Amino acid sequence: MGRLAETFFNAEVIATYLPALLSGFRVTLELAAAVVTLGILLGLALAMLRAFRFRLLNGLIVAFVDVFRTLPQLVVMVFAYFGLPYAGITISAFAAAVLGLALVLAAFAEEAFWAAITAIPRGQWEAARSTGLSFGQALASVVMPQAVRIAIPLLTNRTIAITKGTALASVISVPEILDKAQSAMSISANASPLIVGAGLYLAIFGPFVVVSRWLERRYGWII
Amino acid sequence: MADAPFLLEIDGLHKSFGDLEVLKGVSLRVRPREVIIVIGPSGSGKSTLLRCINRLEEPTRGVIRVDGVELSARGVDLNRARKDIGMVFQAFNLYPHLTALGNVALALRKVLRMSRQEAEARGRRMLERVGLADKASAYPGELSGGQQQRVAIARALALEPKLMLFDEPTSALDPELVGGVLRVMRDLRDEGMTMVVVTHEMSFARDGGDRVLFMDGGEVVEEGPPSTIFRNPAHQRTREFLQRVLHA
Repeated sequence: MGRLAETFFNAEVIATYLPALLSGFRVTLELAAAVVTLGILLGLALAMLRAFRFRLLNGLIVAFVDVFRTLPQLVVMVFAYFGLPYAGITISAFAAAVLGLALVLAAFAEEAFWAAITAIPRGQWEAARSTGLSFGQALASVVMPQAVRIAIPLLTNRTIAITKGTALASVISVPEILDKAQSAMSISANASPLIVGAGLYLAIFGPFVVVSRWLERRYGWII
Repeated sequence: MADAPFLLEIDGLHKSFGDLEVLKGVSLRVRPREVIIVIGPSGSGKSTLLRCINRLEEPTRGVIRVDGVELSARGVDLNRARKDIGMVFQAFNLYPHLTALGNVALALRKVLRMSRQEAEARGRRMLERVGLADKASAYPGELSGGQQQRVAIARALALEPKLMLFDEPTSALDPELVGGVLRVMRDLRDEGMTMVVVTHEMSFARDGGDRVLFMDGGEVVEEGPPSTIFRNPAHQRTREFLQRVLHA
């Protein structure tokens, strides 16, 4: 029991590395916020554009979605950080991490929103258009408010799963929780920082899960 | 009355869905304040005819003119033209995420660009007109079928259209709720609205309109005043249909 406490809950080690871990916590928070915002907004925009049914645009959107649903998040991240410089584009590790995760989330979000849009009965479109609303007005005022509600349960799981991928950013040296925990671990030769790191992830994604359950309950009514 | 220009003119309307020809050359002229009732068996093309008038269905061939504006023309501003045509659907099609007042006021704000206050004021007047002033804050899910349909009528009336189209407005209602909706429609007629109504409600067809059209197989088989159509139909098909429907 004593050994366990010393290896995984070593108060001295934790005290030494807590500031570093907390700075990692802040970075993870920033990553998560950026990924969720960009990913979902981009997915929403793509789905709404797809509703206009312009053939060329649709082809591009579907291609984008199919590519980023299949590529692993880490691959996109690594490509953005290590691969793009060969094309003359250099971006920060943070930006590469956000890009990798947000593009993947956007692809899944677009599919969720699109499924919701196509689930809206045609009669809703007809009623809206018959009162003189343009296609865009019907989409924005009648269809999307209903579609977003349908999409929420579809989205919450995916969003949590992809946003947890912020831990992958440690691979490209973004100073987030895992990165900090790992270096603290190797320097101190003790596993306690990792336990604290795990606790910090719970602190971020626990509320995430709670908020998404609340959203599902509040808005997830299907007509 | 005979010299009044026609409010609705349909010339040689054809509509095919792929290989299936649903409308085989329908022509119709409706004067202002006239109420036309269209009856006929399922699949006769009645609903398709109605839906072609405001181009919810695209005609394959033919000309449609409402108040002088050729709706079937290529460059026509369809959204603007649709302001003058109100439509009431069998399935009501109310927006479930908006209250009754919200449903009625939406187009007033987006299409007529009214302010929130103006839109709500007119919205409330419309709801009062259909007897639902007290249900302004209710959501469609909280209303009975008859009430929902009356809100739908108020929504269509809100833009003060010149022509109202009713696509089997009472077919989805419980029998005891039908009367309330028909009452609103009769009031509208008495106020002088030009209406084209597709219906199975023979009581309304008999005394609700100026002219009855009997459609079958994509054509207008017979048209005339209700008294003639119901008491002395000229065509065998009309007779057969009326027998089936009235002796149910």
